[in-house]
Amino acid sequence: MAEIVSLAEAVERAIHDGDAVAMEGFTHLIPFAAGHEVIRQRRRDLTLIRMTPDLVYDQLIGAGCARKLIFSWGGNPGVGSLHRFRDAVENSWPVPLEIEEHSHAGMANRYLAGASGIPFAVLRGYNGTGLEMVSGGHGTDPTIKPITCPFTGETLTAVSALRPDVAVIHAQRADRTGNVQLWGITGVQKEVVLASARSVVTVEEIVDELDPRPGAVVLPGWTVTFVAWAPGGAHPSYALGYTVRDNDYYVAWDAIARDRETFTRWLDDQVYAVPAGQK
Amino acid sequence: MTSVEQAGLSEAAYTADEMMTVSAARALRDGMTCFVGIGLPSAAANLARATHAPSLVLIYESGTIGAKPGRLPLSIGDGMLAETADAVVSVPEIFNYWLQPGRIDVGFLGAAQIDKFGNINTTVIGGDYGHPKVRLPGAGGAPEIAASCREVIVVVRQNHRSFVERVDFVTSVGYGSGPGDRERLGLTGAGPKKIITDLGVLEPDPKALEFTLTGFYPGVSASAAKERTGWDLAIAPQPEIIAAPTPAELDALRRFQGHARSHQ
Repeated sequence: MAEIVSLAEAVERAIHDGDAVAMEGFTHLIPFAAGHEVIRQRRRDLTLIRMTPDLVYDQLIGAGCARKLIFSWGGNPGVGSLHRFRDAVENSWPVPLEIEEHSHAGMANRYLAGASGIPFAVLRGYNGTGLEMVSGGHGTDPTIKPITCPFTGETLTAVSALRPDVAVIHAQRADRTGNVQLWGITGVQKEVVLASARSVVTVEEIVDELDPRPGAVVLPGWTVTFVAWAPGGAHPSYALGYTVRDNDYYVAWDAIARDRETFTRWLDDQVYAVPAGQK
Repeated sequence: MTSVEQAGLSEAAYTADEMMTVSAARALRDGMTCFVGIGLPSAAANLARATHAPSLVLIYESGTIGAKPGRLPLSIGDGMLAETADAVVSVPEIFNYWLQPGRIDVGFLGAAQIDKFGNINTTVIGGDYGHPKVRLPGAGGAPEIAASCREVIVVVRQNHRSFVERVDFVTSVGYGSGPGDRERLGLTGAGPKKIITDLGVLEPDPKALEFTLTGFYPGVSASAAKERTGWDLAIAPQPEIIAAPTPAELDALRRFQGHARSHQ
């Protein structure tokens, strides 16, 4: 059964230096408050995993928390570049960042394999792309390989399973025994929690009883390690039914992140100076 | 001067980007299923749905199937996409059950670089992969959209940086190095059928599969199109002069974009 603890305690107990950490949420339900707590606790050498490393990973990378990034699309949606991510890849600032790059279909299937407890997943994908080369045969640790169907002889693509040390997600609600409920765009959150050794779920609300919701994903409390109450914890992303996406923030981030000094000031003022659980 | 050059047109009442978006919207037929990339493709797909294609099924990689947004979404995961969708499915499901089997009619993509065989780069420009001059966002859903949709339409501004002889990195495959490559690679969709730019429309030569300019917008010259292309661009013998945006198209587009701006 999940333990209900403060966000600071959840991060302190679940996430350690050097861990592989997957914070998921496909535009919706992105666990920003948890990401900021990881920065505040100054975790280092993390392997960060995420399909769409948007602002939250730009912030973690710029703060020097990451050694490696495993991803499929690293941009500011509808706005442009992630400048801290680019600075790390192009100029190794503040520290060098190793990358392992996939497509969305490949990443989704890698989580699916991890959740299923099998070493790889099969898809039609990557054929003829540069990704097949950079994340396939020529790498030191290839994660894409061709595979022959044992029934038809057709050549398909295998991708290795992702088994993160820690999954971090944000959800609308949990009950007092740690059962978690999320709805709207649910992305790969179920898969990432089931694929990971431990998990941290921040929620908008903790309720006595979870009434059924059409289309909701429910993660039973015994599949979750820690639940932390963090209302508004997805901001500037959103939690459908609770908050709306702060598009202005995404647009404003471009100027903050473009420059190392304005970014460092932002870190000091908006993350380090703010106690956990406040915003 | 070639026959298609039209000098001396008075200042247009619409921008080149608006013409491009309208032209891209017209490429979508009513009732199609369309896998939509964010940015220019999303604006065009939403314009099509607001004008001539009310039954166009918009599918976003966030898992929203049949989304009917009332304004232009900034991201592929805006709340209104989920709230207006016929169905919302998980991300593994949208790629495995919906895209991979070839259920989707058209993939609508953008590009940072595109080459004469319609291969798309959204990964790195310049340098080598490990030390790129410019690091772009990467693949997202595009490689499998380009592989598995029945056909692909690309919307991209045409200039020397974006229209190159050969892309620096193949993120999404068009026709590879030419005829026979898609079949050899086992790509199930037919590949890119149109590149729609701010100058006109390019279509693949039926035999060589090299993209050729087959349509111009009013006021665009063949020399301008050649000038803004990084390969020796062929022009169709009788290129179409594409009609300017109608007042209804412009009005619908500006209504959408005005809404988008007011939400920024």
